[in-house]
Amino acid sequence: MKKIFFLLIIIFMSTKLFANEDVNNKILKNLRCLVCQGQTISESNSDFAQIIREVVNDKIQEGLTEKEIYKFLSEKYGDWILFNPPFKKNNYLLWLLPYLLFIFGGIIIYLMIKKGLIGKK
Amino acid sequence: MKKPYLIIIYFFLIFIFTTFYFSLDNKKIYDTESIIGKKINEVELTLFNNDKFNINKISNYKYTLINFWASWCAPCRKEHKNLVRLSKIQNLKIVGVNFKDSQIKAKEFLEKMGNPFFILTKDPEGKKSIDFGVYGIPETILVNQDLIILKKYIGPLDLKDVNEIKKIINK
Repeated sequence: MKKIFFLLIIIFMSTKLFANEDVNNKILKNLRCLVCQGQTISESNSDFAQIIREVVNDKIQEGLTEKEIYKFLSEKYGDWILFNPPFKKNNYLLWLLPYLLFIFGGIIIYLMIKKGLIGKK
Repeated sequence: MKKPYLIIIYFFLIFIFTTFYFSLDNKKIYDTESIIGKKINEVELTLFNNDKFNINKISNYKYTLINFWASWCAPCRKEHKNLVRLSKIQNLKIVGVNFKDSQIKAKEFLEKMGNPFFILTKDPEGKKSIDFGVYGIPETILVNQDLIILKKYIGPLDLKDVNEIKKIINK
């Protein structure tokens, strides 16, 4: 009985540990290394990336959520540090353009089919 | 007959032109704009004698420069004489944050080059500097009594920066 109990504790602890590691990796892959060329914090070996990795780990241990960590870092370094910037009025075009292109393209295709320019042999 | 094709071509030409127009103007480097005007967070730093120093205490001074430096950093050596110049200005105190450095070497550096720091703290792991948005050294932050960041300098302070700081303080 004791063995099963300890086994359950170990399983519980390890799932918690792996969950933290997943969050950690996810965050590090979404952070830009400011001193490197197009590398994430996860990939870079720069001094800056190493410190950020340690800080992110500390923040996770302190119980901060993924969003709170992004908020903390973007307050210090701006949204430029995030590979996935939040929706803001100065980047709305970046977010909406693919959808607009999709709708616009759909309309054009629809009109072309309607006028018989495509779809008929 | 040709109208839909023309619309597509025109649309893509406008799209390419707009993309280039905006992206060529877009600076792909980190700048300090995001932190200017923001209040610095409450951060507890460690003094050289291992006592704690809460950064909020700088609200006792009219203006404070927080300088991040190290004895191993060549540009820090270059800017040091300018920090010594600035340390003689009334209403301005300089807080030094010794970044990832050996305390002995830092002390030797200051003995040799002069000590412009009113308060000298250390950040051996470099983690505290992240709270100030530092990503390399030397970096310097000018803060007012309300702990609002007025200016941030990336790289060594030159004479132009010294004059600018003087101008801000004498306003």
